[in-house]
Amino acid sequence: MSGVILKVDDLRVSFATEDGVVQAVDGVSFELTAGEILAIVGESGCGKSVTAQTLTGLTRATNARITGSVNYRDRELNGLSDHQLCDVRGEQISMVFQDPMCALNPVYRVGDQIAEMIRAHRDVSKRKAQARAVELLRSVGIPNPDRRARHYPHEFSGGMRQRVMIAMALALEPDVLIADEPTTALDVTIQAQILQLIDRLNRERGLAVILITHDLGVVAEVADRVLVMYAGQVVEDATLDEIFYAPKHPYTWGLLGSLARLDQPRTARLVQIPGAPPSLLAPPSGCRFAPRCSHVFEECTVLPPLESRTGGMHLDRCWLDADEKAHHGGLRTRGA
Amino acid sequence: MMAKGDPLLEVTDLVKHFPIKSGVVVDREVARVRAVDGVSLTLHEGETLGLVGESGCGKSTLCRAILQLTTPTSGSVRFAGQELVGRSRRDLRSMRRQMQMIFQDPFASLNPRKRVGQIVGDPLELHGLARGAELKRRVQNLLDRVGLAAEHYNRFPHEFSGGQRQRIGIARALALRPKLIVADEPVSALDVSVQAQIINLLEDVQDEFGLSYLFVAHDLGVVRHVSDRIAVMYLGKIVENSGADELYDKPIHPYTNALLSAVPIPDPKRNAARERLVLEGDVPSPIDPPPGCHFHTRCPWATDVCTIDEPALLDHRPAHLAACHHPRNV
Repeated sequence: MSGVILKVDDLRVSFATEDGVVQAVDGVSFELTAGEILAIVGESGCGKSVTAQTLTGLTRATNARITGSVNYRDRELNGLSDHQLCDVRGEQISMVFQDPMCALNPVYRVGDQIAEMIRAHRDVSKRKAQARAVELLRSVGIPNPDRRARHYPHEFSGGMRQRVMIAMALALEPDVLIADEPTTALDVTIQAQILQLIDRLNRERGLAVILITHDLGVVAEVADRVLVMYAGQVVEDATLDEIFYAPKHPYTWGLLGSLARLDQPRTARLVQIPGAPPSLLAPPSGCRFAPRCSHVFEECTVLPPLESRTGGMHLDRCWLDADEKAHHGGLRTRGA
Repeated sequence: MMAKGDPLLEVTDLVKHFPIKSGVVVDREVARVRAVDGVSLTLHEGETLGLVGESGCGKSTLCRAILQLTTPTSGSVRFAGQELVGRSRRDLRSMRRQMQMIFQDPFASLNPRKRVGQIVGDPLELHGLARGAELKRRVQNLLDRVGLAAEHYNRFPHEFSGGQRQRIGIARALALRPKLIVADEPVSALDVSVQAQIINLLEDVQDEFGLSYLFVAHDLGVVRHVSDRIAVMYLGKIVENSGADELYDKPIHPYTNALLSAVPIPDPKRNAARERLVLEGDVPSPIDPPPGCHFHTRCPWATDVCTIDEPALLDHRPAHLAACHHPRNV
């Protein structure tokens, strides 16, 4: 397709540890279209962050093994050296992390940090880079950007620091922003501000965003497409409405059902998914969700689930037949 | 929902200030952090009171001040008719049997060097309630009750997942058969699928053991699900206190309004359809809170009176208190 700018194909990342090989990402494939917000959701340890980091070559542990393909505008990124990645990272794909305090250097003024990044990539004077930094801070909604550019990271609140991170990520006008749990450390009122900002940047600049999160509320607010991950694999990949109103995978049903929601009457009990996610050292054979799934039958524990596509783009990996998938699912399955 | 029984916990004008000191030889108090600044609330027997607010609003300090884990600056806490403030540690010890706490971080709140059996059994032993074989039997019953297996008795905390560790924390809190459990963000550190398990467990044991909960969380969906009444805190003060459903349907205080509208609803169509009130700016510092109504710096309805006069917490509807000069929905 013409609009696809990033194509990930059968990405596998494993880490060799003392206890054995941890298959953190196990055959993840997806496409990102220009100007789209793609959310990757899943619980902790499902491999969503490792996937995101691998895209920009940040999975660099010596015990890591990466196979598969990450294709950005017909250029293969997997296997490139740091030096070769220089004109991709920041220039074309940039990243925002969960904890902005850890991601900013505490002993430099924020304006200088942004300017330094600009000067590392562009041949401009210090003064020009500084002016650009101030302009960026203004564009992400920081009041008094002239003055604030001379402040240190500790003088900013959590939400403001996240804005600084986003300003820095946007400095070289990338096509893709990868945001790894950008609002998880923030309060709800501040989270709303940051999501509004991401949404605005997406609309005004056509910035494509890969948003990593565990919060389906955040997903509902900004995403266009959703990738649901479980134990290192993609179990469902569909548009926002399909995920919420016609989900096909029992894990997605469980996630939607287990939320305590504001917009519905208080039900007596929450739907719970029993057990906990499996260890990736020795994942269950067959479907990885089978041990926790209430719809499990024989095939599930033996054979890895079939990938099926319905209606063109809606992908899921589950052995249930189509009728049953259509029967369950969606926001109606509550109070069981 | 109406009160289920008699007041179990009555907090009146509770204040906890932390002095900021400077000086080389003689410490001089230069300012104070007004973490809890005159909080009054009541918790009835068998009831769950939810406490919500953003980080730094004083929720956790309030919990600690109620349980006398930190000495309040002033005010009164009456538990089952008895005053707690000003009591000696020894006096408090026997009272503590009836008030237990569940903490947020299941990794930090369990001693890594102790086995599960000891962690859950220690309260029983310290209070002289059981020993030997009887102790073991009671601990195993508790483990069974919270959904762990009897053979987990001899394991160490690191062998458990986050959700299981939180179950251990709940078993420990239940060991002494308390009347009140203060749960400070008990599910915030857990994944959603596990959160639901723990919330369901907390609700089950509440009925079974006749517990009252003071339930602190920043997730409004969770708080609404478990609570009968909800108190909203902002900068050390309660700004609204009402029945759970009414608070969500007809919030009076603009801050409550803003909090509710900031919570993303996991339903794309509803989310797009509703009107949002996105607050600007951050929470001011509790060292130097704004004069008048603390919320006026971020409030879209603020007028001159808000910058001067601090609104009192008044009944705007039956059993629905709010502190605002410009109440909504009334």
